[in-house]
Amino acid sequence: MTEIKLENVSNKYILKKVNLTIFSKELFMLLGPSGAGKTTLLKAIAGLVDYEGRIFFDGESIDNLPLEERMVGYVPQEFTLFPHMTVEDNIAYGLKARKLPSSTILNKVEQLLDVFGLRNLRKRYPKDLSGGEKQRVAIARALAIQPRVLLLDEPLSNLDPETSKYIREWLKSIIIRRFGITTIWVTHDIREVEELGDRVGILYNGVLEQVGRLKEIISSPRTDNIVELLGLHNIFECEVIETDGPFAEIEFQGIRLLAPYDGGKIEKALIHPQDIVISRETTKTVNTFSGVLEEVDEKIGYVRLKIRVGEAILVSELPLDIYGLLNLRLGEKVFINIRPRAVKLIS
Amino acid sequence: MGYKDAVYRALHPIFSLLMPIPALGWLPLLILWIGVNEALPILLVFICSFFPVLYNTVSGIRSVDKGYVEIARSLGASPRKAFFDVVIPLALNNIFTGLRLEAGMAWRTIVAAEMIAIPVGIGALMITSQYLIRVDVVMLCLGILALMTLTSEKLLMLIEDKIIKWR
Repeated sequence: MTEIKLENVSNKYILKKVNLTIFSKELFMLLGPSGAGKTTLLKAIAGLVDYEGRIFFDGESIDNLPLEERMVGYVPQEFTLFPHMTVEDNIAYGLKARKLPSSTILNKVEQLLDVFGLRNLRKRYPKDLSGGEKQRVAIARALAIQPRVLLLDEPLSNLDPETSKYIREWLKSIIIRRFGITTIWVTHDIREVEELGDRVGILYNGVLEQVGRLKEIISSPRTDNIVELLGLHNIFECEVIETDGPFAEIEFQGIRLLAPYDGGKIEKALIHPQDIVISRETTKTVNTFSGVLEEVDEKIGYVRLKIRVGEAILVSELPLDIYGLLNLRLGEKVFINIRPRAVKLIS
Repeated sequence: MGYKDAVYRALHPIFSLLMPIPALGWLPLLILWIGVNEALPILLVFICSFFPVLYNTVSGIRSVDKGYVEIARSLGASPRKAFFDVVIPLALNNIFTGLRLEAGMAWRTIVAAEMIAIPVGIGALMITSQYLIRVDVVMLCLGILALMTLTSEKLLMLIEDKIIKWR
């Protein structure tokens, strides 16, 4: 139940005058590529790195508080469980360090073991835990001290996609509904932002480039960095031609597409470059068009192609090996296909 | 020394200079300063073991990921508590490696000292047996030396396994 306010927070390595307010009980997503300064920003709030500027919790400056008094629950990306302590000792560590009575420690640990489904693992050492189990222990350990704010540094990045998908919603319900803690969740995965966040901040090269709801940012990205990061190359103003149950036929720049539609006003259509499939022959499925390859830009590990379809230029991204197999040439006629579910309509 | 960079930088050059000197190199000075008595082998074992154990302990402490200390501190531990709760236990691996290596070396150094300067113990007995051409006694002494070295190392390994349960 703590509001976090950052005023001109900078540090000599990366952060550049970050100004940000995170509301009480909010789950704030911090999105950015590797090396953007996301972890450094979390560490500044936790008091683990030097910084300039000011940080406030509920209007009170915490800049001069030693880190053990900031009451911040910090969960690093690699979890950093103490390898010489069992699960229950890891969870209890913060409570013991704060010299709480042993009965309080016991009660709190038992409660967290239950909430996080760790009762059966209580005597295990971290080396005997899976990635998902380690993650739960790390978050339980951070929550044990009843922190004022919770800082999660890419908590799902060490998990396989299936586990990560399952844990996302569960974690949100635990953190926000059960514990009601103001949380900053660092990620580089836009899917996590789409599914979890109230608001998102885009950090790029130490600069907080935009803050807002994801839909607002997608709708009007302020910088090219954001367009690049969120893959917003194919965003078009469109109109709905016809609706048919859960789908709508939309039109932009001479292209008619079938897209999922749940009612309401539609202004823009977004297609991620990875969702545009290219082939040399037509597939005769919906949302298939012919176009002309106008530009090829080789990136690290993938190729970005610009294809003219009618009046529109669509951007597609292909892995290098697929591009090599297709053996495409500039000016050549190609076919593109877009799954209806890959078209996102934005109000 | 392993925990504080300033202390490490101040003391490391001194220890680096003293460490390469073989323990037996100190023997003439020790005999001159304290004479040939019961304290001599003890001091010799201390000198023999001190630098390698110190070196392993310092490198063990320095190799502990600072992330563990950061987490301990953010959970409410004072720097001192983080050191004793987290850094020392995680450095135990290296500390025990140093102790195990030095347990054998200490025995060998003592026997060598007894052979050349201290007139008692296994080393002295081996030299006397050599003069008397008692090969059997020399072989027995060598066997006892091997047994003592092995026992010390095994004992330390047992203690290590008892203490470092989390490996």
